[in-house]
Amino acid sequence: MVSVCFYFQVHQPPRLRKYSVFEIGHHNGYFDEHKNEAIIKKVTHKCYLPTNNLVLDLINKTDGKFKVAYSMTGIVLEQLEKYSPKVIDSFRELVDTGCVEILDETYHHTLSCLYSKEEFMEQVEMHNKKIRHLFNYKPKVFRNTELVYNNDVAALAAKMGYKGILAEGADHILGWRSPNFVYRPKDSSNIKLLLKNYRLSDDIAFRFSEKGWKEFPLTAEKYANWINAINGNGNVVNLFMDYETFGEHQWEDKGIFEFLKHLPHEILKHKDNDFTTPSEAIQKYDAVAELDFPHFVSWADVERDMSAWLGNKMQQEAIKEIYNLEPYVKLSKNPALLDEWRKLQTSDHFYYMCTKWFNDGDVHKYFNPYDSPYEAFITYMNILNDFRIKANKLGEVKVGE
Amino acid sequence: MKVLMFGWEFPPLSSGGLGTACYGLTKSLSKKGVKITFVLPYSFDADNADFVKLVAAGKIKVRKIASALQPYMSSQEYKKSLGKKPEPKIYGSTLFDEVRRYTLAAEKIAEEEDFDIIHCHDWMTFGAGIGAKRKKNKPLVLHVHATELDRTGGHQVNQYVYDLERQGMHKADKIIAVSNFTKNKMMTHYSIPSEKIKVVHNAVDFSQHYYDENFELKKTDKVVLFLGRVTLQKGPDYFVHAAKKVLEHEKNVKFIIAGSGDMEPFIIEKAAELGIADRVLFAGFLNPDDVERAYKMADVYVMPSVSEPFGITALEAMKFKTPSIVSNQSGVSEVIRHCLKTDFWDIDEMSSKIIALLRYNPLHEALKESGYSEVKKFSWDIPADKCIDVYNELISKG
Repeated sequence: MVSVCFYFQVHQPPRLRKYSVFEIGHHNGYFDEHKNEAIIKKVTHKCYLPTNNLVLDLINKTDGKFKVAYSMTGIVLEQLEKYSPKVIDSFRELVDTGCVEILDETYHHTLSCLYSKEEFMEQVEMHNKKIRHLFNYKPKVFRNTELVYNNDVAALAAKMGYKGILAEGADHILGWRSPNFVYRPKDSSNIKLLLKNYRLSDDIAFRFSEKGWKEFPLTAEKYANWINAINGNGNVVNLFMDYETFGEHQWEDKGIFEFLKHLPHEILKHKDNDFTTPSEAIQKYDAVAELDFPHFVSWADVERDMSAWLGNKMQQEAIKEIYNLEPYVKLSKNPALLDEWRKLQTSDHFYYMCTKWFNDGDVHKYFNPYDSPYEAFITYMNILNDFRIKANKLGEVKVGE
Repeated sequence: MKVLMFGWEFPPLSSGGLGTACYGLTKSLSKKGVKITFVLPYSFDADNADFVKLVAAGKIKVRKIASALQPYMSSQEYKKSLGKKPEPKIYGSTLFDEVRRYTLAAEKIAEEEDFDIIHCHDWMTFGAGIGAKRKKNKPLVLHVHATELDRTGGHQVNQYVYDLERQGMHKADKIIAVSNFTKNKMMTHYSIPSEKIKVVHNAVDFSQHYYDENFELKKTDKVVLFLGRVTLQKGPDYFVHAAKKVLEHEKNVKFIIAGSGDMEPFIIEKAAELGIADRVLFAGFLNPDDVERAYKMADVYVMPSVSEPFGITALEAMKFKTPSIVSNQSGVSEVIRHCLKTDFWDIDEMSSKIIALLRYNPLHEALKESGYSEVKKFSWDIPADKCIDVYNELISKG
């Protein structure tokens, strides 16, 4: 028996306006509403609506045998409500089929778990409320920002009542083990762990349109055969990827929608295959072993560590400074200030400052609003310095330099 | 492979990137076994030890032509310099007469020398190159480090120089441009077809005389550096205006202008007029050791050029671990990622980036280190190999 477990990440950050050093102290708006609106509308048109329609269609055509999970950040939902409410309606329709699971995560897509457990839990709680409010749905499985995971994150999620948690099936953790089973996090007995099968996930997310790839062009039939081959030595194949894979990263004219359209049928041809959501997978399958993740693992780059966000001094300094403001922001009891502070925590801001891939240019530049990591840092620091002055005034406390 | 090369200057007597580029390129070419006969104006005096070694080893043969020509020279400057020569009567009475006289002398050298390829650097040598081609019917390569449009910023273009450049470009068998920026200029303003031009970016020489020094000035101030000819092309006026804006927000910063040129008096007055005369220091033309010290002293290097075919100084600054801000109107901005970029006319952006580098230490550190790693990849062996490819292609065509 092989269960295919799809989870799609839906996220768009609140991109920052180019904020000049001369604006520090003027408290102008930080976010580039025009750009954010334009991107939301573009992605709605190229990905969200067409893919949602296709998924709905597939659920109906397979009598509910096709199932998927989504994780949608609070900030993408806010932007969709504002600029593209049709997408919210479309997701509601999907949730109503009963074949779609929604996961919880941090509302602002942040790395708060590394800096403040209290803030992390507040953001997860905010996200949970948002999903309940918008979709009348209570998530039971947790996935952290960028699949950032270690034993402590699992323990926190368990403490918050989640039954399952997702992580990257990183080679250096798995060793000889397979990602195609359910595991148990170390020292947390009441929560189960699902690991991303990164080879099969990346075949779709990254390699699908790659002409130089030996499997190009990838057909649904060929892909289903790879899934079939797991029969007998695995229970669940976790295919985790950005939702923008469909229509944005991989273009419609390259056949990504055709691929998805035929995939459920091809996979269900084999009588031992089915589709499952994360909650169903952890109910259906026992954990085969305990896995120890002492260090942080993420789904980013070949390193699968934190270096995409915290790899250089600029990133470390910027993120440290934003979290240093936590007591002041919270003492201020000012909701607008708190909201801005949280939106400045979004991990994408730090990702744009990454220099490790900047030498070669890269696919990671997708949606990156900056010409260079240095521009990203300058804009962020100018805003942070302005924000610090504001926090100082509003909180009526002295904010350290 | 034997190359007859016409050039104009060599370090340390060079006044710009042309000499630095010729030195780096010929050194690497000769290392790769290319025999070069380098033709130079007589006033050139090779006292660079490394270069003399190359010559003495028989790797480069130097032929000198008595001439009062210098690169970057205007007609007026030529007249002025003639007055200082001991025997002015042997030289042409105008710059253009002198170029013609030089061309004839070059033809004579071409008749005596044995070579497979002619390689010329910038407009003053184009006549000589065409002459040599006429005499021996060998392929002609023009290496364009700057055009008249760059030097003048597009204002008051000298028609004679422009015509000579255009004629050379059309007669050449292949043109080497130091950047896509320059290639596009030749395509747009000289009507040269794209396939005739090969882009070969410059590099930087890593031999240097590292010594550490505690600069007195650095005890109290941070230093922002401009280094280049003080001419319209290099944008020193934008630098001074940016300095004014920075000083409105930052204390304890000094701005150094190193280099000389016809805009110097204007820039000095401008600094006074803006009320920042005490914060802008004029270092004048610097010898190579002092150039090195200037880069090392600087916290930020700014190259605000209005039109810069390449801009080797940016690579040099990075070599000395000095973070750079370069104008988008430059060739070097095409190939360097680990620096900051701005339009030359955008004073707000330029000053904003200077302030960012002065204030945000992690940014300064990151650019220092990654800039240094990046610039290490710019070996002269790369452009030398590309030149050899051009030579081979032309020779095989016959």
